[in-house]
Formats: sequence, structure tokens, C-alpha cells
Amino acid sequence: MVYIRDFGSWIPPRIVTNSEIGEQIGASHEWIVNVSGIEERRFASDHETVESMAVRASKDCLYRSGIGPEAVGMVMVASGSSGRAFPGPAAIVAKRLGCESAVALDLPMASAGSLFGISLASRLADRFGEILVVGAEKMSSIILREPMERGVAALFGDGAGACLVSSKAGKAKILESVIASDGSYADDLKLEFEKPITMNGRSVILQASRKIPAAIQTVLERSGISVESVGAFLLHQANQNLIDKVAQAIGVTSNKFYSNIRKYGNTSSASMLIAAAEWSREGGFQKGVPVVFAAFGAGFHWGAAVVKP
Amino acid sequence: MSKKSTSPSPEESLFDSGLLDSFALTDLVAELEKQFGIRIPDADLNPRKFDSVERIEEYLTSRG
Repeated sequence: MVYIRDFGSWIPPRIVTNSEIGEQIGASHEWIVNVSGIEERRFASDHETVESMAVRASKDCLYRSGIGPEAVGMVMVASGSSGRAFPGPAAIVAKRLGCESAVALDLPMASAGSLFGISLASRLADRFGEILVVGAEKMSSIILREPMERGVAALFGDGAGACLVSSKAGKAKILESVIASDGSYADDLKLEFEKPITMNGRSVILQASRKIPAAIQTVLERSGISVESVGAFLLHQANQNLIDKVAQAIGVTSNKFYSNIRKYGNTSSASMLIAAAEWSREGGFQKGVPVVFAAFGAGFHWGAAVVKP
Repeated sequence: MSKKSTSPSPEESLFDSGLLDSFALTDLVAELEKQFGIRIPDADLNPRKFDSVERIEEYLTSRG
């Protein structure tokens, strides 16, 4: 059996309101809220990097887990906004954390990266022991590239989240996970070198609104858990309207879907773990009550996982 | 679908005319499945297939 020990997060202090970003991209506060549910996001300072934010979130996670860096056997870092093609941030993050004996693995996958990390870690933990899964993004360094598309630039923010997956003990058992990919849609959401993000929002929403519910239903069926018994759904925070669509599709009220997109925007690979960390601090796992994770992003990649305390 | 008093012409883009947006499209697809008793596979969920009344008719006809 493999467990989730705990979560961690770090959010830059600088708040960027819809009014501030809206002046740069030609969008009103009301329009941004209407299309996304986002009211503000955080931007990292010039000296912060994907690596530095990942380290901050990881330290928070290790502290909450009661584990020292020397005990970590693998560090996975998901990021779509890393500053260079290679090496990716994982080896640097492992070094700065003091995870001297850890294998480092990059997941350059953007929004679904953390979910893929948890799923892979659940299969690798028997070999590597404690696996630190991190999602970190500095989207502010990307979204203002010209030509700006207001429907893209308004959405994103910076931050990092982390999760420790363990073969030994933890707060919740990972019961089941599914991950999937379809490269047919690779051009529908992409970030090429030195260019702005391009997104076919209609395709993204249409596919995500079908694939996320299907992935959730698959993990619940495989683990023999009813959707009604799930206590919380922790999704990639892409868009509040999408989260509401997923809730509607599986027949659950939206208030079971934890959401912090209003204040952080879409932090891509970091968002699901930031949400999990905040949800955990606000009460989190209840004994015997299942919790579902799910994400969808560029690739397209998507998946879901179910855990039970 | 958003409210609009006029009906679209068969070839008019439902997106460009403001009758349809990304999230309304998901509702439209669900309603088509319900009304016509079909399951539209994910591979067929190309927004262009549902961009006008004419294209929706073409798709439904292709499904028999």
C-alpha cells in the first residue's frame, strides 16, 4: 500500500488584481470573473524561479510530513514554465533541499503534471520509498509575451505545491489512479520557445469536460467507491466554470469541489497541490472518507486518483 | 446557449454570432446526445463540427 503523507505550498506575496492585469490585456474585472471565476492571482518577483518556489513548497511539505530531506528517495518536479529546456528543475530542487540520495525526475507537462506525478509515485514508492512530488510554475514570465491573447493572459498565476508519497505511512492510502494522453490535441494548447501560449479554448473545455468526469468515474468504479461517499474533489484549478461543469457531469454539488482559483488563478501544474495543501490546513482528511484528485492539461494529458484516510 | 431573439441562418457560425461559447458547447453536445439517443465519441468532439446548424445537421446525418 502507498500513502500520501502530507502536502505543502508556497504562493508569492504580490497580488495582481483583475484591474491591474486587465489594463495590460484589455479586459475588465467583470469579464475575467465571468469567463473564469478568477478575481486575482499572484506574480513572483524577478528573483524567484520555478526552482526557488519548488524548494519553498517542498520544505513546507517535508516539515508537515515530519520527514527530513535525507529520507527522500525520489524528487519529481512538474513544470511547464521552467526557464530552460534542460536540465529541468528537478535535480536542482533535490540538491537545494538536501535530498542527497534522491533520484530526480522532471515532468515537463504543465497542468496534469502533478496528477501524473502522484500516479507514478504510487507505482514507484515500493522501490524509492519517500517520493516528493512537486508542481511549480512561474507563468507570469510567459503570459505577457506578445501577441497577448486576453483569454489566456488573464488566467494564469505563479506558485508551487508539493505532496509526499510514501510506501511506509501517511494520512491517506492511494487506492487507485488512472492517467491518459492523446497527442491528437497537442496543438490545441501549447507553449513554444520564446512564444506566447496558444490555446484552442473550445477544444480544451469540450475535451476536459468529458475526460475529467470519465477519469473520476473510472477510479471510483475500480475502487468500489460511490461518488456520493466522496468527501472532497481536489481538481486542477483551471477555470471555475469547468470545475462546475465537472461537478454537474458526475452529479455532485459544486461545494464538494475545493476551489481557490478566485485568489490564485490557474497555476498550471502547481494548482492541484496548492489546493490540496490549503484544503488540508482547513480540515483536510476525515477518517474513512474518500478524496478524489483530477487534472487535465496540455498534451492532452489527464487523469484522476482516489485516496482514503 | 445564450439568449438571442433572432434565429441563426443554417450556415452562420454559432460562436461568431455569440449564440454559443465554450461552456454552452458542452451543454449543446449533451443535449444532442439526449435528443438523438446517440453517444458522441470524444474523437468527434471537434468544435468545428458544431459551429453552425448546417454542420450539426451534417454530423448528425453522418451518424445515421
